[in-house]
Amino acid sequence: MIGIVDYGMGNLLSVYNAFDYLGSPVTICKHPEDLAHVDRIIIPGVGAFKDCIDKINKTGFSEALNQEVLKNAKPTMGICLGMQVMGTRSFEGGEFMGLGWFDADIVRLTPADSNLRVPNIGWNTIKYNKEVPLFKGLPEDPDFYLVHSYYMKANDPKDVIAIYDYTYDVTASVLKDNIFATQFHPEKSQDFGLQILQNFINWNPR
Amino acid sequence: MSKKRLIPKLQLKTALAHPNKMVLVVTKQFNGVIEIGDPVSQAKIFQAQAADELVFINIDRNNKEIKRLSAIINNVSEEIFMPITVGGGIKSSDDFRELLNNGADKISINTSAFNHPELITETSEKFGAQCVVVSIDFKKDEEGEYRVYINGGQTKTSYHPLDWALRAEKLGAGELLLCNISHDGMREGLDLDIIKSISENSTIPIIASGGCGLAQHFVEGFLKGKADAVAAGSFFAHRDQNFMQTRSQIKNAGINIRMHH
Repeated sequence: MIGIVDYGMGNLLSVYNAFDYLGSPVTICKHPEDLAHVDRIIIPGVGAFKDCIDKINKTGFSEALNQEVLKNAKPTMGICLGMQVMGTRSFEGGEFMGLGWFDADIVRLTPADSNLRVPNIGWNTIKYNKEVPLFKGLPEDPDFYLVHSYYMKANDPKDVIAIYDYTYDVTASVLKDNIFATQFHPEKSQDFGLQILQNFINWNPR
Repeated sequence: MSKKRLIPKLQLKTALAHPNKMVLVVTKQFNGVIEIGDPVSQAKIFQAQAADELVFINIDRNNKEIKRLSAIINNVSEEIFMPITVGGGIKSSDDFRELLNNGADKISINTSAFNHPELITETSEKFGAQCVVVSIDFKKDEEGEYRVYINGGQTKTSYHPLDWALRAEKLGAGELLLCNISHDGMREGLDLDIIKSISENSTIPIIASGGCGLAQHFVEGFLKGKADAVAAGSFFAHRDQNFMQTRSQIKNAGINIRMHH
């Protein structure tokens, strides 16, 4: 059973529908204690970092997540803002601490070309590490859908498993032990996105 | 680098034969409505053809019920896995919430944004600027001056489209959806002058629409109009159009678009 963390930022339907479409049992976890009953965890997220981490902390999800993700090592996936909250701290609208699962700062996109817009909204070509099982079955240079103004700047290059070019390398995906995350939206990236979600369903991290 | 986007615009209206059902329609200059089929099955065809995004607009002048619209989006989101923008009759941040909870990613506002500009700021702060698409319909009036029109093109305003576009951006819009009413459904090309002037003066993404009948018209929208995306209704609805072939033609003209597989 896959559990989607619902900490009150809304719009979980697309992620839910994608797993349902793939035929995987999936449930929305409205309460921190629900996480104990699922095998895999999805942390979605759209909006601002501060609102997101405040809600995760206030609802008691941060303790439950640390228990299930770090201690019980359940396969876990963050999407977009759900990836960013896994970092150490964010500079979006101030300076705020994240869950700290990745040694990384969340910083603003600063493309060198003034014609490039921020937020970056749209399809971008991703370069990925072909040895990672979560990317199995993807073609060379697949496109994924992104919507973001901030991104995760990882201090340990080993954590970064995919990037895209926005006049410089922007982190598109990270992986550490049982924790996987994408800045792009697999649930909005048609069949390549569904492929990644299927790979996550099948994933057995060591 | 984000790729340029091709966006089918699906216009919805109450079916003539089934007052409880919404159907997909195409229009000419916002009139001359022709029913062309079921929105959900057409959306699936667009997904199979790897369209980059979908825009759904309720253009029914008599029924602006949000629940009815959100029920359709809910159905669409069960099988469509790409970004979805929804518009038509959205008046409040509660309407935003209702549609976002049913699978929409972005909300397009037009008349309500014009009449209540504070709605742009309020929803941009609440849901993020990326969620707020301000839709601007315009045409030349009797005196040959460009003016913004609201209420489905029926009410002329005193605003020039560039002025309203820049004001909407300042208020918090994340994207602009532009349409020249006189070009709508005519398949003779976009209004490149206005699109270009807005693209050059704003920093948010511009979706150009109204008038595409050939692959060349999309190319012009990107190269001359400097649009980030081009949306079209009747172009994509025509059964004789080969979407894949259109994409190849646009790609061959040097436009950085997504080529699937």
